[in-house]
Amino acid sequence: MTIFIWTIQFIFAPVISPLCIGIIKKIKAKLQNRQGASIFQPYKDLWKLLHKDEIISHDASWIFRSAPFIIFAVTIVVGASIPIFTSFFKSTLTGDMLIIVYALAISTFFLALAGMDTGSAFGGFGSSREMTLSALAEGGLIFSLLTVALVSGTSNLFAISSSTMFGQGQHVLSVLLAFSGFLIVLLAETARFPYDNPDTHLELTMIHEAMILEYSGKRLALMEWASANKLFIFFALGANLFFPFGLAQNAYAGEIVMGITIFMAKIFIFCMVIAFIESSMAKFRFFRLPDLLLISFIFNIVALGLIY
Amino acid sequence: MLEIITSPISFFILLSLFFIGAMGSLLLGKDDALANIWSSFFAIVGSLWGLLFSLSTIISGDALSFTDGVSPFPLLSLSLHIDMLSAIFIFIISLIILFCSIYGAGYVKHFYKKYNIGALGFFYHLFIAGMLLVVTASNGLFFLIAWEIMSIASYFLVVYDRNEKNNINAGFLYLVMTHIGTAFIIISFLLLYKFTGSFDFEAIKTGAILIPSSVKNVIFVFALIGFGTKAGIVPFHIWLPAAHPAAPSHVSALMSGVMIKTGIFMMIRLFLDILQPVPAWWGLTVLVVGAISSLLGVLYALTEHDIKRLLAYHSIENIGIILLGIGSALTFSSLGMQSLALLGLVAALFHTLNHATFKSLLFLSAGSVINQTHTRNMEEYGGLIKYMPQTAFFFLIGAMAISALPPFNGFFSEWMTFQSLFQGIISLNFSTRWIFILAAGALAFTGGLALTCFVKAFGATFLARPRSAEVTHSKESSFPLLAGMGALATLSLLFGIFSGQLTFFLEKAGNSLGIFQAAPSLVSLSRGKVLTVGNGFASVSGLAFLTLFLAVIFIVVFITQFIINKRQKIKIGATWDCGTDLTSRMEITTTGFARSIVLIFKGILKPSIQHEIEYHDSESRYLPKSRTVILGARDIHQSYFYQPLHKIVNALSLRVKNIQSGNINVYILYIFIALLITLFVIL
Repeated sequence: MTIFIWTIQFIFAPVISPLCIGIIKKIKAKLQNRQGASIFQPYKDLWKLLHKDEIISHDASWIFRSAPFIIFAVTIVVGASIPIFTSFFKSTLTGDMLIIVYALAISTFFLALAGMDTGSAFGGFGSSREMTLSALAEGGLIFSLLTVALVSGTSNLFAISSSTMFGQGQHVLSVLLAFSGFLIVLLAETARFPYDNPDTHLELTMIHEAMILEYSGKRLALMEWASANKLFIFFALGANLFFPFGLAQNAYAGEIVMGITIFMAKIFIFCMVIAFIESSMAKFRFFRLPDLLLISFIFNIVALGLIY
Repeated sequence: MLEIITSPISFFILLSLFFIGAMGSLLLGKDDALANIWSSFFAIVGSLWGLLFSLSTIISGDALSFTDGVSPFPLLSLSLHIDMLSAIFIFIISLIILFCSIYGAGYVKHFYKKYNIGALGFFYHLFIAGMLLVVTASNGLFFLIAWEIMSIASYFLVVYDRNEKNNINAGFLYLVMTHIGTAFIIISFLLLYKFTGSFDFEAIKTGAILIPSSVKNVIFVFALIGFGTKAGIVPFHIWLPAAHPAAPSHVSALMSGVMIKTGIFMMIRLFLDILQPVPAWWGLTVLVVGAISSLLGVLYALTEHDIKRLLAYHSIENIGIILLGIGSALTFSSLGMQSLALLGLVAALFHTLNHATFKSLLFLSAGSVINQTHTRNMEEYGGLIKYMPQTAFFFLIGAMAISALPPFNGFFSEWMTFQSLFQGIISLNFSTRWIFILAAGALAFTGGLALTCFVKAFGATFLARPRSAEVTHSKESSFPLLAGMGALATLSLLFGIFSGQLTFFLEKAGNSLGIFQAAPSLVSLSRGKVLTVGNGFASVSGLAFLTLFLAVIFIVVFITQFIINKRQKIKIGATWDCGTDLTSRMEITTTGFARSIVLIFKGILKPSIQHEIEYHDSESRYLPKSRTVILGARDIHQSYFYQPLHKIVNALSLRVKNIQSGNINVYILYIFIALLITLFVIL
């Protein structure tokens, strides 16, 4: 049974993440009075890309060639190390909040290097913008996770997700503030509005797309998939650390089915929120984004100050 | 066996190996190759002996105290005291010297026929011997002599490449700054002597309770400035980005990796050992200094396009991180939380060791690049990964380690520093807690900014297309250079994987300090792999992360390459160029890469900005006139601290000039008046 749950845990992120993208796109289409593609379209796109031939720039080095594998592997490792539908694993090996944050930094590092590797002007400025944002987002991310870690007295993510301290009156405000901070960082780290437009290839606005512009075929599929995984990881962190209910507490089949169902419902709510934000908001000017990230940091500082 | 290795004679042999190395290379100075071989051989043998000696001392766990000969002066005794803390630092020094010397054996070759190799060897060995004495001396005056040997020898190494005028200026700045630092150290030692009646560290330690608290505070401030100048804390850091780039690269690696740590060593020795117990504000001050140094260090590094200056600014950042560990240790110890203080100290020691490995690795690989391209300007690099693949790989490992990416060692020491700050947030009261929160915030931002800076450094140096002809002529470095870098890169990974075991090693050293003798450990290692801090507050395992990561990457590669569509073809084409000819000038530059962050922090960095555009035809405003704009940042310490200081000193000197007539009779009159005044004061 444990092995079975571990397998689900391992493949959950890569299997479900394209669905999140599909759902967000579908809701956005509905809000724009369009029919929209099926929510399973991202799977078909990935399958198509995986079977295509590739073109690689002759300026590219092994960094460009190996980056998709490294980035994808990192998102799988992180996806397996965070609480998704169970909270009883208590993985002490890689389930620490800081190792998750810094492991995600590995993927950012290689993504930015891959963007610079082909010597295209787009890739270079994409990397520059991405690194600027992720450098400023790091403080907010660590501190929002730190707030829930301090509330529950441990920085192990599985242990946080099984904590019952959140309901107590004195912590509600802290957790809500930390969640607001986390949400701002979530949008920045997953390249959504108002930071980045995931649907455009206009050079003035793109960040993430600029870095992966030179990719094609399998490597593009892995890059797209990894970015979907990252979105999923942030959803799962937001859903299970800040609203820790409904996770399976022990390895009974019924509880696990229940855990998965509730988790999917939470994910769906996150997808709705993202879709609404993207439909109702314009992208911010680049130099206004640091203000937003600073607000996230300040929210978290206040949240930390409120904990006793 | 252990007794023989850990005997005073053994340490004596260690020193004499470097002494023989110094004298031998000076005598063989006529023959470049022979001097190089002699110097490298004795440096390598000496460092191996040092490793053996320090490891045995740590394993045996006994402190070693002895006096080397009798000194003719009453206050100066050549006494040495090697406890676990000293042994840890001898270990770090020997480790880095070993690989820098292997590298140096190949690197020095390009100085043949240009400069005297014997002199380089002489000062190199003198420098090493000075550092070894600094961390072992147990008498204030003896310490100062060793400190000066280290400083002066390193000054001569900084100005070794003397045909470049900048290097001479950098050397002068270094000499002045290091002596200002020494002056502060001398004052604090004199104050200690005044109240304890001895220069001997052991005697001072027992007499420390006699020092009134106000004087103790003065001693703290002076020692912090004095040792901080050597360590490179903001705002006394200005010599560091000037001097480190000037020295030959393997010496830069030693200066940045090891020498600045001697300042850290003395801070630990004085504040956590000799002057205990200390008031809480000392620790908080060190925390604030550390937070400011780490943030400003990384921000200035972002503005740099000189690769060695960039690395030098990162040294300031990392010294800041080490000080965060020491500061939390000091605060906890004065509040009586010895276990937490031990955690902070271990974090600081671990980061000291890690920074020594990855920073020397980065300096060595930067040195290889400079050796091939003959410039330190990163704007003229580009695409070097194709010409120097191994160097690029080693630099990448160094970059990942310094940006605290797991599973490399930088992550684990930063993780421990974070943990000690988190523990402070959990367990301290309101006011001190806020300083810990801000320090943790500074550390979090520092991590993100360091990552950005190394994406910039690696990307601009090694990726994309060459931006100068020099790059296309460069070749991979020779074997000794690669061996030195490769070994350090391997160590960076190993120290990360075995971070748990190393932590215990370092904790043993921490435990040997008087105040931590009875402190129960907050760190535990379950099943030999998982490092846990603070009753399960946080845990991490480098080995598990690496294994998991490698397994996953293997599966991913296997599935995508061998199961899904095996017949897929890869075509090699040109980068998409929008229909124009793509030249290397279209790549992002280091200035361009960091420009957005520099503008975001323009309040601190004060970047130069192009203000107005002049047009050929001011009515239509279509054709702007060409003009040169130099984009850069201004060091606010230069403009708000050092330049005003410079002006005051200049103005004072002008006034003093009035009484200097040049007439010798007048001078004799001055001496006579001074004598009279002195007599009146004394009587």
